Amino acid sequence: MSRFSRLLALLAMAVLAGCGKPEFSDAEKKTIASLALSALSPLKTDTTNRFADVPAAAALGSTLFFDVGMSGDGKVSCSTCHKIDRQFQDDLPQAVGVGRTNRRTMPLAGVAHDPWFFWDGRRDSLWAQALAPLENPLEQAGNRAAYAHYIQARFGERYERIFGPLPDLSTVPANASPLGSNAEKAAWNAMTDAQAEDVNRVFANIGKAIAAFERSIAPPQTRFDRFAAALATGIQPQGDDAFSPEEILGLKLFIGKANCVTCHTGPRFTDGSFHNTGVPPVANLPPDRGRIDAVAQVEADPFNCFGAFRDGDASACGELRFMVKTGPELIRAYKTPSLRGAATRPPYMHAGQFSSLDEVVAHYSKAPASVEGVSEVHPLQLSDRERAALVAFLKTLAE
Amino acid sequence: MASLWRYVLAGLGLAALLAGILAAVYLTAPQSPRLASSEIARSKKTANGLFVASFEPERGVIRQGELQSWLLILKTGAGTPVEGAAITISGGMPQHRHGLPTSPQATDYLGDGCYRIDGVKFTMSGLWQLHFAISAAAGSDTVVFNVLL
Repeated sequence: MSRFSRLLALLAMAVLAGCGKPEFSDAEKKTIASLALSALSPLKTDTTNRFADVPAAAALGSTLFFDVGMSGDGKVSCSTCHKIDRQFQDDLPQAVGVGRTNRRTMPLAGVAHDPWFFWDGRRDSLWAQALAPLENPLEQAGNRAAYAHYIQARFGERYERIFGPLPDLSTVPANASPLGSNAEKAAWNAMTDAQAEDVNRVFANIGKAIAAFERSIAPPQTRFDRFAAALATGIQPQGDDAFSPEEILGLKLFIGKANCVTCHTGPRFTDGSFHNTGVPPVANLPPDRGRIDAVAQVEADPFNCFGAFRDGDASACGELRFMVKTGPELIRAYKTPSLRGAATRPPYMHAGQFSSLDEVVAHYSKAPASVEGVSEVHPLQLSDRERAALVAFLKTLAE
Repeated sequence: MASLWRYVLAGLGLAALLAGILAAVYLTAPQSPRLASSEIARSKKTANGLFVASFEPERGVIRQGELQSWLLILKTGAGTPVEGAAITISGGMPQHRHGLPTSPQATDYLGDGCYRIDGVKFTMSGLWQLHFAISAAAGSDTVVFNVLL
């Protein structure tokens, strides 16, 4: 009998080995390969900023990024919220500059690949984005005339080596901006068109230098990328690169039943677009309607792609030209954030609504209705085990 | 020894059964939205049969997440190019309750019934629909193209 049972055991093993379900189907392998960092296209030339890839501009931009002199109170820089040792974000539910804002600081890895900036896309280029916090009273709270004077006094020589001669600012008021306090607005309106143009030009170049620096901030390789690389070459991932059964289940759910990959797509895990996913508003913050209110803002921005400060020709302005301007789906729609590194930077969502990935996954599993507009998310009814597996997979994007 | 072969045969039978079940499961597993080839056709008659429309990416391939130019080619049933057509475009992802991420427009007439449709962008994988409202001398008609990514 022992011979029979041994034979049966052998037979059973052969059957299991021959017919066992493969770990990933070919379609799944294709999707996984499309998410790997190796699939990220090289950064495109930004023709609207001819200094985007000039090293001296990036160096000046880096100086400005970390310089608290670039603020109204002399205490806040870009890096106050975009902290270099914290994935260029600040771990707070809402950013705190000179005041408390109503939005979560976005991390910057790979930001130069985005077509739109801020959670609601109210700016259409990295350099135009960099200008907005400089004058926002809750962020850096400065004004463009003061920034122009500051650049001349502090970085005049460096500026001129990159951008050419500074304009004559001797008759420009110390503080003036079309967006500032009443006194600053009055001072701005009293300036000649030529003076305003001069100040705007220096201001735009500040943005272009900061953007040149930010283009260098790239997402790092993760455990997921090493796993995906091994899977693509048909080699069994070894050691730390191998995924646990829970992580494999999470990955399969992410690209399958849980539908995460429909929006969190491509090597940056974002489609760069705007969606209402029913994320609840935060009490005591000003009303926030997302993309629908950003359309008019980006159209009115004098530093947008159609504006006078763009380099190159208007063929680069496709996103703005073909922008969706109306429609119920823009209400409370926010940009899909990248998920790379997300596991180690709670809280989540556009105003830090959720304090853990468990809460985020539970939200998408339940898919509650939106307070305004219609959520695009359908309920998933994920089990406890499936939700935990999704979180386990997301952690591989931050290791 | 005869009983041993009975066990072997039974084992083989079970293995065959298992293989059959697995094959059935694999072959009938639900796939991502599958459409009949006529439904994803790049060329079709418009709803009321006024025109024959073709829709294709200008550079041949669809690239997800990038602004692209597509070509809409309009002919009459007799094969005459349709000139001077006014074209408006809408659409979206029916399964995700949202419209297009961009507002594509007919930006150029290239001759021979061929119109350039600029600003087309597919940000997600899945089924997209593009609705064209076409108005020309022969009359007005509509056509819907499905694009599966």
